[in-house]
Amino acid sequence: MQLDAADRQLIDSYQRGLPVCERPYAEMASHLGMTEEEVLKRLSALQAHNVLSRVGPVFEHSRAGASLLAAVAAPVDQIDLVAARINHAPGVNHNYAREHAYNLWFVMTAPDERTLHERLDDLENRLRLPMLRLPMVEGYHIDLGFSIDWEALS
Amino acid sequence: MSTSTSRSELTLTDTDRQLIVATQSGLPLVPDPWGELARQLGITADEVLERFQRMQQAGVIRRVAAVPDHYKLGYRFNGMTVWDIRDDAIVAMGERVGELPFVSHCYQRPRHLPYWSYNLFAMVHGTSREEVEEKAGRIREQLGDTCRGQTILYSSAILKKTGLRLAKQKDTP
Repeated sequence: MQLDAADRQLIDSYQRGLPVCERPYAEMASHLGMTEEEVLKRLSALQAHNVLSRVGPVFEHSRAGASLLAAVAAPVDQIDLVAARINHAPGVNHNYAREHAYNLWFVMTAPDERTLHERLDDLENRLRLPMLRLPMVEGYHIDLGFSIDWEALS
Repeated sequence: MSTSTSRSELTLTDTDRQLIVATQSGLPLVPDPWGELARQLGITADEVLERFQRMQQAGVIRRVAAVPDHYKLGYRFNGMTVWDIRDDAIVAMGERVGELPFVSHCYQRPRHLPYWSYNLFAMVHGTSREEVEEKAGRIREQLGDTCRGQTILYSSAILKKTGLRLAKQKDTP
């Protein structure tokens, strides 16, 4: 999908937050000098092409439950099998392969801390691999996006 | 788990949870999204909006936003930069790195010696490895002699990426 200046402006202006008011898209439209219909059309297209993963709330997992970043060092010849087991475990919502001895990095979530650690214990037993458990101690910048360098991307 | 901002406590009701489930993959893209959600949940549009605002104030919702997929935009290289920072400097360095405009997440996490010595994580995105390395270099400049080691873990595949799945969690005893 080719993004034009108005698409970029929409992303730049609202990736960090949009107004939570009665008519949010009308409010965005008046700010950008577009019609509400155009804002909605553009957001729908950007979402349909997965340029936007969604237009909506970003939840704080630690407020709506518990979560933790974990990693395992899967033997290279078993990485697909280990990854599949991790993906199927209840509560796993992210899983990234990374180039490192610890080659699978995933986020485990649960309704509460106790369940979280039970799920991690279960998974660790099933994988038979020691697991790095890396809870957030402090957040200094929590997923507020970053400035997109459109020049570099084009 | 703590965050650097203190928030008021909020106990989520069943209706709040239904609202989270109904919006976790996005808001309705119609002129009156709250009215649309209200019809789904059998409450009023005003109540939907109020609950949303309350969850945002309480920090359950970090933000309501147009969330870009950075990979899709062209940031093909995602580098998790990890740093071994002296304990007495970790807060100051975390705050400094978190303020850099190109860092999307910055967290302190525990070490697991001898396997894992890195206590500061900063996520950096780039269109090339060189770009990620250049940005990691700019982080390094901020750290001075507080930094005893570092590496970058590039992602080679996204194997799973989904939002919060509250309904599924709730069903599990």
